Amino acid sequence: MTTPINLTVNGRRRQDMVPDNMLLVDYLRETIGLTGTKIGCDGGECGACTVLVAGDPRHACLTLAVGCDGLDVETVEGLTTSGRLSAIQRGFHEKLGAQCGFCTPGMIMAAEGLLRRNASPSEQDIRAAMASNICRCTGYVKIIESVQFAAKALAK
Amino acid sequence: MEYLPKFQLFRPLSVEQAAALYAENDGARFLAGGTDMIVNMRRGIETPAALIDLSQIPELGDIHEENDGMRIGAAVTLEQLAAHAAIARDYPAVAEAAAAIAGPTHRAYGTVGGNLCLDTRCIFYNQSEWWRSSNAYCLKHRGEICHVAPGGQACFAAYSGDLAPALLVHDARIELIGPERRRDIPLGDFFRDDGMDHLAIEKGEILASVMLPKASAGAPSAYAKSRIRGAIDFPVAGLAALLTLRGGGIEKLRIALTAVNPRPLVVDGTDAFNGAEVNDNMLDKLAELASSQAKPMTTTTVSPWYRRRVIGALARRLVARLAEIE
Ligand SMILES: Cc1cc2nc3c(=O)[nH]c(=O)nc-3n(C[C@H](O)[C@H](O)[C@H](O)COP(=O)(O)OP(=O)(O)OC[C@H]3O[C@@H](n4cnc5c(N)ncnc54)[C@H](O)[C@@H]3O)c2cc1C
Ligand code: SF4
Ligand code: FES
Ligand code: FES
Repeated sequence: MTTPINLTVNGRRRQDMVPDNMLLVDYLRETIGLTGTKIGCDGGECGACTVLVAGDPRHACLTLAVGCDGLDVETVEGLTTSGRLSAIQRGFHEKLGAQCGFCTPGMIMAAEGLLRRNASPSEQDIRAAMASNICRCTGYVKIIESVQFAAKALAK
Repeated sequence: MEYLPKFQLFRPLSVEQAAALYAENDGARFLAGGTDMIVNMRRGIETPAALIDLSQIPELGDIHEENDGMRIGAAVTLEQLAAHAAIARDYPAVAEAAAAIAGPTHRAYGTVGGNLCLDTRCIFYNQSEWWRSSNAYCLKHRGEICHVAPGGQACFAAYSGDLAPALLVHDARIELIGPERRRDIPLGDFFRDDGMDHLAIEKGEILASVMLPKASAGAPSAYAKSRIRGAIDFPVAGLAALLTLRGGGIEKLRIALTAVNPRPLVVDGTDAFNGAEVNDNMLDKLAELASSQAKPMTTTTVSPWYRRRVIGALARRLVARLAEIE
């Protein structure tokens, strides 16, 4: 069974016929070729697949592609404008918030969601908003510094 | 690629349409946020022929005040519930429980209805197809024996939703809409003590809303859970308490448990404390009463012995906090 969907992905309008049983993460990676969004677990445990749907963080690995009909989907690829890294991307770059980088797209999208709601988060706010995202490498200190760097950059 | 098993997806716009679609499609299941259903489908535990997505039904999506209390639609997200000012003021245990579920991303789209209808959990069950097949599956799904209690024919998978105990101490009721009738029952009657069949829901019924009665609004209440990590993890034991005092004695005391039995449970016998003062001796007795009714089995990585102890400790801690003696 396939169903037509109309949505925007990173601001670009798209129309596709997608199978009912297709997950958003596969639609992004396989149909559109946006492989920034990762799959790190077998369901909802790790946050590597976090994207923004209608501005809210969401696990692309637990979301049906058809369920995004009519909505705006944003992935890590959408943050860069005319080749320039966004504040949160620069934060992860400057503060070494990524090691192997596998969790990073999900971390960045969770942080992006936070910064849009709360432009000057406390450390506690950052920890709370990113608690669905697990990193195998960094120990989290650098990730928190990365988000703080972005918040400062945005305040300027 | 992570394709799920094949199914047909429906996205009805009303409860009536959803109920009709359920009746017309053999093997249909409801889908809300999908944070339990899609996980279980990816693991081969659920193989619905049709999924009926409840997220497009506006009437399920709001919280509003009615004459006799607060009505919470089944499709309200956990984040909305946790952030609702009147709920946090009048039914604090409910807001605390909602805020303690999974992690922030799960709460942004996981729903109240999905939380109450959550499948029961067990370390031998919530595993990948590959893991379960190499362990010859288990009674709850496809297998012949229960690895937790191999002699018997029962399943002890634990009901592990956080909201139910908090709603139970506030005497919540639920509204169920089925193909033939609409009914309104106490939340306590929704659950059965059977890990394989824990919901007293009729085929095709939709949990439409939860009603928190005015009579219990404003009664001090609290929820706490023990979990492996500070976020994401399900409770290994969870407890809600509600306490009102009058003239230095207990007027009303209600305790409810989760994650230690196949159903969430209101602790029986707390009325015996009516009139008593909240003190160390009373709290010891309460801790013993609560932990004696918790019947955890080896369904988590944490031992049953520890989870029973946690129930006693949480009962003590929350009631002391509510009585403001700590
Ligand atoms: C990593 C992880 C950690 C988690 N931790 C916790 C935790 O700590 N505590 C906790 O309580 N939960 C936890 N959960 C489970 C889940 O996120 C929440 O319980 C959530 O509220 C489920 O809601 P949902 O809308 O996603 O349900 P869904 O997955 O959509 O549905 C769950 C079940 O309910 C049925 N259903 C849904 N809505 C209705 C309705 N209106 N009427 C009838 N049936 C319905 C579905 O058919 C399905 O059987 C966790 C999940 C994950 C993946
Ligand atoms: S308690 Fe037994 S039957 Fe139930 S899920 Fe666990 S192993 Fe399976
Ligand atoms: S891949 Fe989605 S949470 Fe791990
Ligand atoms: S940088 Fe390796 S998992 Fe986070």
